Amino acid sequence: MKIDKNTINKIARLSRIKLDDKESEDYINDLNSILDWVEQLNEVNTENVEPLSNISSSILPKREDVSNDSNSSEEILENAPDKLEGFFAVPKVVE
Amino acid sequence: MFKSSLKQTLKDLETKKISIRELNQDYLKRIKENENLNVFIHFSEDNVLKQIDNLEKDNSAKKLKGIPIAIKDLFCTKSMPTTAASKILENFNPTYESFVTQKLLDEGSIFVGKTNLDEFAMGSATNTSFFGNTINPLSKENMPLAPGGSSGGSAAAVAADLCLGATGTDTGGSIRQPASFCGVVGIKPTYGLCSRWGIAAFASSLDQAGIFSHNVEDASILLQSIAGFDQRDSTSAKVDIPNYFENLDDDLNGKTVGIPKEYSIDGTPMEISQIWQDAIKFLEKKGVKIKNISLPHTKYALPTYYIIAPAEASSNLARYDGVKYGFRSDEINSLDEMYENTRAQGFGREVKRRILIGTYVLSAGYYDAYYLKAQKVRKLIADDFNRAFKECDFIVTPTAPSAAFPLNEKQNDPIKMYLNDVFTVPASLAGLPGISIPFGKDKNNLPLGIQILGKHFDEQQVFNAAISLERSYE
Repeated sequence: MKIDKNTINKIARLSRIKLDDKESEDYINDLNSILDWVEQLNEVNTENVEPLSNISSSILPKREDVSNDSNSSEEILENAPDKLEGFFAVPKVVE
Repeated sequence: MFKSSLKQTLKDLETKKISIRELNQDYLKRIKENENLNVFIHFSEDNVLKQIDNLEKDNSAKKLKGIPIAIKDLFCTKSMPTTAASKILENFNPTYESFVTQKLLDEGSIFVGKTNLDEFAMGSATNTSFFGNTINPLSKENMPLAPGGSSGGSAAAVAADLCLGATGTDTGGSIRQPASFCGVVGIKPTYGLCSRWGIAAFASSLDQAGIFSHNVEDASILLQSIAGFDQRDSTSAKVDIPNYFENLDDDLNGKTVGIPKEYSIDGTPMEISQIWQDAIKFLEKKGVKIKNISLPHTKYALPTYYIIAPAEASSNLARYDGVKYGFRSDEINSLDEMYENTRAQGFGREVKRRILIGTYVLSAGYYDAYYLKAQKVRKLIADDFNRAFKECDFIVTPTAPSAAFPLNEKQNDPIKMYLNDVFTVPASLAGLPGISIPFGKDKNNLPLGIQILGKHFDEQQVFNAAISLERSYE
């Protein structure tokens, strides 16, 4: 078993998702069965194979290096759950 | 039920046989009659009427003027909220328009509404949506069926004739599989053909926008409209877009079709093997050379996908933190607590499952064993196709391993659900264009789909093969 209680708690913490005990149990089972299933990739010999991260076969064009100020802070803040004087507002982090 | 085509409707509008208002009122009526299908997350009659008013005042010629189009609720639209079918974006009103929807607006189309999907496009049945299941319009009375997913709302919108076309996105089969389940045409073009700008990101190296329509001609017209280079998407391709519709040619004489032996998998229903054979026989009659090909790494495509897609998702969905937009939990005694509660309450079960898997395979000590390994296998899968396309012009396979299944079936077993994508995922990993067209029925009279795959940016060949098969079936 790859994922135990400690591991799931650690991943949940890294993901910033709070899990209750029931959920933890469920995800331990789900994740272990998924990880067992993907294990079959170990059958594949990938020695000297380059990892593929961009599938595009077209040459990606460059753009001119000029700045572009859309001055859109108001638009950006429009959907914020909480804002204050032109900033996103969050719970106090410094006492 | 008679369904008018986009091509015919454009003619009728041009010759004033019908007005934009009459046309759209017809669609509005059907949308209201079919509310029980839960096709739309957002629908506002007033909004549609306003669009009609504006178009009536507009004298300029536009290619899709007045054409009712449904938009998957993953595309940001200024005129309508955008939720990605998630509670976490329940109240999100984009201040910008996605590239694809802007193109459709520029052509004069009318957006009838935002369609339902699996939450953040993660699913194969449109049953992970925060806004409930969409019901396949082809369902029998006592047996509601899934429309497929993730773009199930868009596929159902076309199938129920609530629009003349719809946008979708396809990461591992999310256009092609629901098209097959709902008996409509669905095309996922080459990765990079349509800009991803303004589409809520799921797995950025795989996500691609595409089209649902009643037939292949209509798909060729609509894909033309949404394709094109955009510098705001760093993987957007600068390629010439041919006029797919004008160039449609069902003469396939002298072409070669590849039939991959690895797509004959155990447990595929007889009927699906049968329609595949029928399609091959028909192509042979049309003078197409049949070439048996091998794509040896096919069986590894699904596990590769289910490492890469969640990994990218876990990174992409980090932005939903209750700070910048969307839902924020009430339980916020500290910043960390705000993040953790917001994401716990805002995301559904499947999305959390994928974020957790993705976080795990990217975490220190596991990155090489999972993520890097999957990227290497992905290279081998792409190489398989490159080799195959030296010997053939296009590839024909079934689209999905089953017809539409009952709502909520397979819900509890993630791996079983993932197997829906067995025929669609390999081409996604290789970035290839693929179309699904209705081709035959199963014993319950439900539609089945045939998938045609082409070389990178060879959508024309895909359309040509598709229209040839479509005409044979009619």
